[in-house]
Amino acid sequence: MHYSALSLVKQALTGNRGWTRAWRNPEPKKQYDVVIIGGGGHGLATAYYLAKLHGITNVAVLEKGYIGGGNTGRNTTIVRSNYMLNANSQFYEHSMKLWEGLSQDLNYNVMFSQRGVLNLFHTDAQRDAAARRGNAMRLNGVDAVMHDLEGVKKLMPHLDFSKTTRFPILGGLAQPRGGTARHDAVAWGYARGADRLGVDIIQRCEVTGIKRDGDKLLGVETSRGFIGAGQVGVAVAGNSSRVFDMVGMKLPIESHVLQAYVTEGIKPLVDTVCTFGAGHFYISQSDKGGLVFGGDIDGWNTYAQRGNLPTFNHVVAGGVTMMPCLARLRVLRQWGGVMDMSMDGTPIIGKTPIDNLYMNGGWCYGGFKATPASGWVFAHTIANDKPHALNADFTLERFREGRMIDEKGVGASPKSH
Amino acid sequence: MLRIQCPWCGVRNEDEFSYGGDAAVERPADDAPQDDWYDYVYTRDNPAGRHREYWHHVNGCRAWILVERDTVTHEIFSTEPASPTLPLGKRGA
Repeated sequence: MHYSALSLVKQALTGNRGWTRAWRNPEPKKQYDVVIIGGGGHGLATAYYLAKLHGITNVAVLEKGYIGGGNTGRNTTIVRSNYMLNANSQFYEHSMKLWEGLSQDLNYNVMFSQRGVLNLFHTDAQRDAAARRGNAMRLNGVDAVMHDLEGVKKLMPHLDFSKTTRFPILGGLAQPRGGTARHDAVAWGYARGADRLGVDIIQRCEVTGIKRDGDKLLGVETSRGFIGAGQVGVAVAGNSSRVFDMVGMKLPIESHVLQAYVTEGIKPLVDTVCTFGAGHFYISQSDKGGLVFGGDIDGWNTYAQRGNLPTFNHVVAGGVTMMPCLARLRVLRQWGGVMDMSMDGTPIIGKTPIDNLYMNGGWCYGGFKATPASGWVFAHTIANDKPHALNADFTLERFREGRMIDEKGVGASPKSH
Repeated sequence: MLRIQCPWCGVRNEDEFSYGGDAAVERPADDAPQDDWYDYVYTRDNPAGRHREYWHHVNGCRAWILVERDTVTHEIFSTEPASPTLPLGKRGA
């Protein structure tokens, strides 16, 4: 069913009884050309672009839980492409361009709101680093604007601008085209889009093994039986190590939990996405009025989708330092998602040493904003059995070859990225 | 909140400690093959379940300790000095 103003009016006049399921609930077939493990945003986007751009429609997406129950529904919904290194900058900017047309492309409102992303700086050195990153962005065709203190005051009037605060604000680097999107809608929109093109989305289907005959990939063992596949794409960030353990591969990844929080709903207060430069804290306001914020990962290996109190205290301390009026709000909800923290803070998208088995993982914090481009390049990689130029640098081999893409420059320490 | 038994100081809150990562990783010999060094620096088992890992009691006695913990339930099974040569001295409460 195509969504339009006309369909809305028609359904309103007929008691909303004609709405159909957004996607089918099929039984798995015995054999597919491509099986995607993981029904998160990335896996669904991959299936969508495989069908739409590469004409490969005999595709199944296998999800152990339900659509929207993993990290796609466990983030702070921020979209930006304000990276410095070329590989990241070009990849995330491609994602931004896909975001800009996504609701129309999917015929599904993902509520993409380009309200801007503002990164504060508090020292001269940070100002230099922001200018350098802003210039690198502009050289890659990405929008970047340096704001002095007066500019920041216009964008975020409620910050602590006093000179006596521990980390006085000097200014900020903004990306006006950045913003937020409705995270569940992204998963639902891609699921519906893929389903309409013939992709089978199979929920409550956990992959328990990857079957091979010698070097030949046969398919996957699942909680709903064996499913044959010509090619298998793995997009299970958070659990990549567990899936690749099934084929005896050890990854340059540790799993950590990242928490996020939302306050009670209030009137409009935060018009943009704003990040604190003297600690790790980012905040935006949802369309329902809640302030959505987050900070660091908890910092130790875990597969539990829940966070712990010390990190909450740390994040809130940073938030209240930046924006003291937050102290008067009550936190309504808290959630945690399991992150694939890679050894250089950058994702891994590409081929693996096993023929016809492809990897999409290591997303660290950055997975949500990457969803469209991640699916786009992963579909290209699977369809052509070689990476696109945009993900050619995101190989698994880069660690062995010494070509790390370490945006933050902290080295092989997953908890620090 | 993890509650970690420091062998010297007793049970303390997680925020007195800093995480030191997977304890199964062993430094290869200087002349070991490149692959061993690659594994040492970059790859991890990253198990869902029992995990032996280092913690640094950085806001306490500053000793390194070895903790066996479940990465799914967060249950801590055991803690011991990271270096067996360190004297335990008088144990804390």
